[in-house]
Amino acid sequence: MKLPPYADLLGIAVEAGDGGPPVLMMPYSTDVMGRPGFLHGGALGGLLEVAAIAALRHALAIEDAGDSRIKPINVTIDFMRGGREKETRALGIVTRLGNRVANVEAHAWQDDRDRPIASARMNYLIVRG
Amino acid sequence: MTQPAFDPRIFMSFGKRAHAGRLGIEYHAHGADWAELALPYNPALIGDETSGVLASGPILSMMDMATSLGVWLKLGEFRPHATLDLRIDYLRPATPGKTVYGRGECYRITRAISFVRGTAHDGDPADPLAHVAGTFMFTEVQP
Repeated sequence: MKLPPYADLLGIAVEAGDGGPPVLMMPYSTDVMGRPGFLHGGALGGLLEVAAIAALRHALAIEDAGDSRIKPINVTIDFMRGGREKETRALGIVTRLGNRVANVEAHAWQDDRDRPIASARMNYLIVRG
Repeated sequence: MTQPAFDPRIFMSFGKRAHAGRLGIEYHAHGADWAELALPYNPALIGDETSGVLASGPILSMMDMATSLGVWLKLGEFRPHATLDLRIDYLRPATPGKTVYGRGECYRITRAISFVRGTAHDGDPADPLAHVAGTFMFTEVQP
């Protein structure tokens, strides 16, 4: 899956999936640092959005060859724990894929997938190709 | 003795070698409880290559910072805090090639929580491209 230039700026890499939506990995660097020693909330939010869009593209590719366009309507991010100086992973989940709107969640974690550091809910408008 | 006022210009200069600097976010203006930052257009921030529209993440980062500055301006000093939640409505795509401006305002501060809101535009404040609402939690317990 090809990611946009913004994902490259964050250093995001696609990890091998098992046929489901891809897990994305963002390494720690000063490029994503906020206050010293911690991830910037905006970079974390950016990772969650990229993971959500990747999950939606994955779902759309199964449904209609992937020639639809995706437009973000809104995003709500909850920050649960400070992100530390280590790799962060994120996975998006399409909770409902309608004809015009998709509801997507994304979760980010560092050491333990069961201890998320942030999660997000997004609504996307889908313009069918 | 009066407290020295919080200066967002100095604060933003600290972020030059961190995420804000990588995105190119700059100080633009401020008032008693608000700050405005600028995000110059940069092809490295594109989220949709077919249209050249900026990704939403950089705008989210800018609004997180602008609303944070709004809190410290209203407070009159820096106090460490963490973003609890942030919601953004993307009213329209940013126009490719244009600088995006983000104004964040703090409208209420309690002992533990501050409440913020803001808008982003690309030249005309009457034609916003995003609207945000959020809360921050102070990370040091107040006496």
